[in-house]
Amino acid sequence: MVAYRDKLALEWKLDMVYGTNVEALEKQQNFPQGGTNRIECCRNLKTDALKNTVNGTGVRYRLNHQIGQYEQEKNPQPFTGIIVGLRADEEGSRSKERYFSPRDKNSDWQIGEQPPEFWNQFNTDFPQGAHVRIHPLLDWTELDVWKYILREQIPVTSLYFNQGQGLRYRSLGCYPCTFPVESQARTVEEIVEELEKGKFANIAERSGRAQDAEDGGGLEELRKGGYM
Amino acid sequence: MQRDDLNIVTVGHVDHGKSTIIGRLLADTGSLPQGKLEQVQEQCRRNSKVFEYAFLLDALKDERSQGITIDSARCFFQTAKRRYMILDAPGHLEFLKNMVTGAARAQAALLVIDASEGIQENSKRHLYLLAMLGIEQIAVLVNKMDLLNYSQEKFQDLVSLYIEFMEKLNLQATAFLPVSGREGDNIANHSGKMDWYQGGTVLEELDSFTAKKLPSNSPFRLPVQGVYKFTENQDNRRIIAGTIVSGQLTVGEEVVFYPSLKKSKVKSIEGFNIEKRTTLTAGYAAGFTLEEQIYVRRGEIACLAQELAPQTAAKIKVSLFWLGKKPLQKQAKYFLKIGTQKVGMQVEEITQVMDTSELLSDQRDYVETNEAAQCILKLDREIAFDPVEINQETGRFVIVDNHQIAGGGIIHQGLQDKENLFFSQGKVTYQERCQNLRQKGLVVWFTGISGSGKSSIAVEVERELLAQGRAVYRLDGDNIRLGLNADLKFSEADRVENIRRIAEVAALFQDAGMIVLVCCISPHNFMREFARERVGEEGFLEVYVQAELDTCISRDPKGLYQKALRGEIADFTGISSPYEEPRNPELFLPTDQLSIEESKEEVLRAIAARCF
Repeated sequence: MVAYRDKLALEWKLDMVYGTNVEALEKQQNFPQGGTNRIECCRNLKTDALKNTVNGTGVRYRLNHQIGQYEQEKNPQPFTGIIVGLRADEEGSRSKERYFSPRDKNSDWQIGEQPPEFWNQFNTDFPQGAHVRIHPLLDWTELDVWKYILREQIPVTSLYFNQGQGLRYRSLGCYPCTFPVESQARTVEEIVEELEKGKFANIAERSGRAQDAEDGGGLEELRKGGYM
Repeated sequence: MQRDDLNIVTVGHVDHGKSTIIGRLLADTGSLPQGKLEQVQEQCRRNSKVFEYAFLLDALKDERSQGITIDSARCFFQTAKRRYMILDAPGHLEFLKNMVTGAARAQAALLVIDASEGIQENSKRHLYLLAMLGIEQIAVLVNKMDLLNYSQEKFQDLVSLYIEFMEKLNLQATAFLPVSGREGDNIANHSGKMDWYQGGTVLEELDSFTAKKLPSNSPFRLPVQGVYKFTENQDNRRIIAGTIVSGQLTVGEEVVFYPSLKKSKVKSIEGFNIEKRTTLTAGYAAGFTLEEQIYVRRGEIACLAQELAPQTAAKIKVSLFWLGKKPLQKQAKYFLKIGTQKVGMQVEEITQVMDTSELLSDQRDYVETNEAAQCILKLDREIAFDPVEINQETGRFVIVDNHQIAGGGIIHQGLQDKENLFFSQGKVTYQERCQNLRQKGLVVWFTGISGSGKSSIAVEVERELLAQGRAVYRLDGDNIRLGLNADLKFSEADRVENIRRIAEVAALFQDAGMIVLVCCISPHNFMREFARERVGEEGFLEVYVQAELDTCISRDPKGLYQKALRGEIADFTGISSPYEEPRNPELFLPTDQLSIEESKEEVLRAIAARCF
């Protein structure tokens, strides 16, 4: 995943920034090595890392194209908006999302208080200190994404394909909580076919993601706190 | 989503069973992901709750614990015909903003009414909002028929009541279906318990909706989203980008930007990773370059010089609904967003506040949360738009209060700021003029397609009234084109302007106390309504002269149909351009059945009742 990301960033001259919860990693507050469970691990390594990357208080690295290496940012500035690829068909609380989802200073998602959006007009204004999450693919399905990858010939990481063991990943996350599915699909065409009429036509995409299954609504709790 | 996919919204009062119906539909069509049904059932067992199909959609913890839908959920499913996205909207008044969010994305609606509880507040309020949001296809599901022993009589009673309410809003349901979400009657499968019902299931009803596309035959409109300059490798393109919301654009055509009125010709059509093309139609997010380098900004609307121009105004007459936490107030400052334009605004006048469930109106100087109103808005600067009757896409707006969208509405008309113009009041009143003439002024507006008999009737009416000693004059559309309107041609824009001037002249004649007989096709409802408004309800008599197209073609007094059928006249009403039938004309004259003499008598009677 990381190699794929960096290859594209260098080839396409992308201004690439990533953030990490250095403290949690140092203290081993992760799963399964540390003493935390899956949900706490998500909170530390994903929710908090993202929050602090967005508000500029966390440790951030930026790709220096001259030397082809990442360097720690000296004076990270907050982002006022981030574009996220999440989709309504992935999971229950995501099915209730807005295209433009305003987040307060703490990145909290106020589910009951989401402002309306309609007629292609969105909540593009926000107060100082807040940011907005933009979800342009909200109404796409998993199948739409693969058809689009096929049409536009977008390069993807090889983890999505069967490498010969009859296994592939449908959804990618951290290795301790992400499991492959049984599949023979070796190409994008075969994935599209598998989703359209094959064995996965009726199985949820994130069925291989363990944190979703924790205590019905695990992902909802994470997302209220700022998880994607 | 692909183009032929369809978005559906479920609306209706709280607890009437919207989520249950959709849950049931998904379960009965095998559209749920494997294990989902079992997973939700297992969660219910663990929390000692009775399983409900609604839990398949009400994914949030608060939703399940309180048994209500808080925010619209999207779910996806497909039939043999096409794919659907269903937006399950909440029925609770508190979450009306979420219902609107869901509904605005839909092309058709399933409105659910609990048969045992009957029509409730939101059964009506939601319908009102659907109409305002522009959703025309509405199927009404009468749910929980099992609680009424599947009684045909009770179903019929409810249907008649609801039809009555729909008529007040000028709406028609595509169908009324007796269903039970809990029992699965008429959801995916036909019910065996209602032999008296011959119609289809919810599933079949979905497939009968039509997918509405953005109008490609309306005038071209592209709200400018941005202007991008490409400089790398001596590339020197300035690309004007945006999404085409109606009409189409072809290389070489002259484009006018509103409100700045800057003009140029389209040099090329641009896109990332697309084949070279010369035409683009509604729905495309597109870019184009111009022959000349003119300065255009985000917010303007690109239109074609050949087509109907949009309006520009800094004062607009609107209908709106308010979803903000605080009431909409006069004097307060808000922002209005329409297309890609954003402008500061204030409410100048609240003409009428509407209780959307009872359709009662009230006069107040604020609009409460979840109410609708008619208002006049004053904007900080001119914007470009179309009245919603002409173009939905460029005729609706949202209002932003304190960083959040708090309301939405539709524009009926632009008003000119007449601050420096004063009406010169003479020493003679309209009443005095009428006394002098021993009659009241009246505009008799004859509308109908060419050859329907407008002029033939009006000529006779004029002759007769003159014989009676009345002050009467016939304003014939064709005659006015020879003089006052000689500068106008037959483009859509010019045809609208033609009618506007005729309406203004007629209004002056009427104010002079005369009886004016206006004969012009005037195909658009909104223009006839404009005329009615300029003249005033009291002095306006709309006469719809109607004959079958075949009859008119065989009459063809001016030989125009022959030319139009040969394709020599573009946009000929009735042949290549639509005629909108009047909604409520004062007089209807079917000239297939009535002679000129009979028609004349009817018109004379109506005039006498108003004027003498």
